[in-house]
Amino acid sequence: MGKFILRRLGISLIIVFLVSLFAFSLMHILPGDPARLALGEEASEEDVQALREELNLDKPLPVQYWLWIKGLFTGDMGYSIIYNRSVKEMLTEKIPRTLSLGIPSLIISSVLGITFGVLSAIKRGKWIDQLITFLATLGAGTPVFWIGIILMYFFGVKLRILPISGWTSPAVDFTKYVRQALMPVFCLSLHLTASISRQTRANMLDVVNQDYIRTCRANGINERSVIFRHALRNTLIPIITIIALQIRQVIGGSLMVEQVFNIPGIGLMVKQGIMGRDYLVVQSSVLIISLVTTVCNVFVDILYGLVNPQIRKSWG
Amino acid sequence: MNEKKDYLLEVKNLRTSFFTSNGEVKAVNNVSFHVNRGEVVAIVGESGCGKSVTQMSIMQLVQSPPGKILGGEVNFNGKNLLKYGPNSKEMRSIRGNKIAMIFQEPMTALDPVMTIGAQLVEVIRTHRKVSKKEALVIAEKALDSVGIPDAKARLSNYPFEMSGGMRQRAMIATAVACESELLIADEPTTALDVTTQAQVMELLVDIVHKRNMSLIIVTHNLGVVNRYADRIYVMYAGHVVEQGTTEQILKHPNHPYTEGLLASVPKLEEEVGEKLVPIPGTPPNLTDIPDICPFIPRCRYACDKCRNSVMPPLERTGESGRYLACYVDIHADDVNEVKDNG
Ligand SMILES: Nc1ncnc2c1ncn2[C@@H]1O[C@H](COP(=O)(O)OP(=O)(O)OP(=O)(O)O)[C@@H](O)[C@H]1O
Ligand code: SF4
Ligand SMILES: [Mg+2]
Repeated sequence: MGKFILRRLGISLIIVFLVSLFAFSLMHILPGDPARLALGEEASEEDVQALREELNLDKPLPVQYWLWIKGLFTGDMGYSIIYNRSVKEMLTEKIPRTLSLGIPSLIISSVLGITFGVLSAIKRGKWIDQLITFLATLGAGTPVFWIGIILMYFFGVKLRILPISGWTSPAVDFTKYVRQALMPVFCLSLHLTASISRQTRANMLDVVNQDYIRTCRANGINERSVIFRHALRNTLIPIITIIALQIRQVIGGSLMVEQVFNIPGIGLMVKQGIMGRDYLVVQSSVLIISLVTTVCNVFVDILYGLVNPQIRKSWG
Repeated sequence: MNEKKDYLLEVKNLRTSFFTSNGEVKAVNNVSFHVNRGEVVAIVGESGCGKSVTQMSIMQLVQSPPGKILGGEVNFNGKNLLKYGPNSKEMRSIRGNKIAMIFQEPMTALDPVMTIGAQLVEVIRTHRKVSKKEALVIAEKALDSVGIPDAKARLSNYPFEMSGGMRQRAMIATAVACESELLIADEPTTALDVTTQAQVMELLVDIVHKRNMSLIIVTHNLGVVNRYADRIYVMYAGHVVEQGTTEQILKHPNHPYTEGLLASVPKLEEEVGEKLVPIPGTPPNLTDIPDICPFIPRCRYACDKCRNSVMPPLERTGESGRYLACYVDIHADDVNEVKDNG
């Protein structure tokens, strides 16, 4: 098992390294001069040049890359040239906001998706299966941006029962947090629930036709145990991987949802960072996001191994 | 009448169909047979003739939809099981307990994410009021009795850690653990290699004899039938077309299909070198099949009577215990045989 995790971590490190290269290159290939953008049109060329030197923007690219990475290792992610705040401080502030929407979405979609999928499979062909299948297709096909605006208009503007936008820390005012989070979390969960539900249904239908399920029935095991002890367990093992893959979707979705509902999370920060050529903000955020995703994936791989005896045993 | 009481299992006029978009597939069409206590009964016939569906109907495990048991009786220990619903408590207390079933594919027949021990314990505790600990002891004994070495350690093995032969033994162990009265083995050794086949077959029959269980063995392998079966039922296109003792059927087949079946077998009692004569033609499509002898297109003896009559009923012949569903006496001197219709 140790060897397995080490190898997995090794691969993750390589991925994170590649992401760092990519993020760095992108921000330095994009046209526009960060120093000029930061100081504005009116600033004198000398001032801009001075800032450039201060930010090391006059050094060759490999040196800049090295300085950035070196900083990261000493816990220094640099400064935002727009907000004049340390990137670390900004991330510490924004990441929990994004997570406060992402984690509930992931949990809600997993629970709902698996429930719907199982229900759909065991009631195959019945009206409830048809309804779920219809809703899943609808959910998967609805653009997040569009549904977000529709919801906002309907519940926020027309009915005025939910706040239109914004974010409040659950620690400060939990009720307000929930009311504000309802629509964004719904939007984030839509595609996820649909895809988990579809996958669960397909897996379950496959599992239910397996020989070992027939064996269970031929052994007189009651239908509830057949479904929940045997079929569900075999269904969920591959679903764990599916959910893990969705973590990326949640992050992608956050970018969009934060924009629609004006939530000052990491998504909005990155977007503003790109617009303002706030390169250190973007680079470091992208790197942190990829680090988090990768760590999640390693964790899921371990979890997958733990529930799958064939893999667990091969770890020794 | 007296005889009847002794039957462990008596299937009467069983009819099972699948209702597909193409029509009704009459997979089991008026099948009757019985099994005595301690007896080994073989069911033989070409692929698709309804052997498995017959067994699944006994257990009421036919997939529904599209399958449906349309009629008949399955009397087990004198009680008609078809009176109980497929999901009834009574039926569940029969399955895996009084009647155990072993399938063809040992590699996939056990739950891959549960240990052998856990699976055995689950079945034992479904049918016996024992603690987990006691169930484990029963499971270990059962594994031991089917010749699995180091049974205690094997309990914590997963199916993927065992060979096909071992898994099939573990399946047999379920029947042993629950002290089943009837074991239904649907081609239990087809998926195994030849050496393992022989071992598992020996074990199966040994267990059955030692514990006074009865065995229904569904197989294509006439060597196995010859060696282990007391009686044989020959099925064709959802019907039983001939029945008798192993010796009667294998030495003197009376049905043209049985005759063809025997001729197409490479070796019986090690008669190597004999020429193979496969039965010409293909089995009929069972969808909306008409009520006439289904063997007509392939039968060398088919005559006008066959073509103008309904399906011949399975009737007692001169020999005791022997039944036949055919209008023609193929051993008669004046039989009108078409020599080469292939
Ligand atoms: N789920 C199903 N839907 C439709 N038809 C079915 C279904 N299951 C079985 N049948 C049909 O029932 C008939 C009998 O099938 P069965 O499995 O009993 O054959 P078998 O004698 O066991 O053959 P084999 O030797 O290949 O195992 C076949 O013609 C098959 O097409
Ligand atoms: S009834 Fe006629 S066609 Fe059918 S098997 Fe007998 S001889 Fe052949
Ligand atoms: Mg079969």
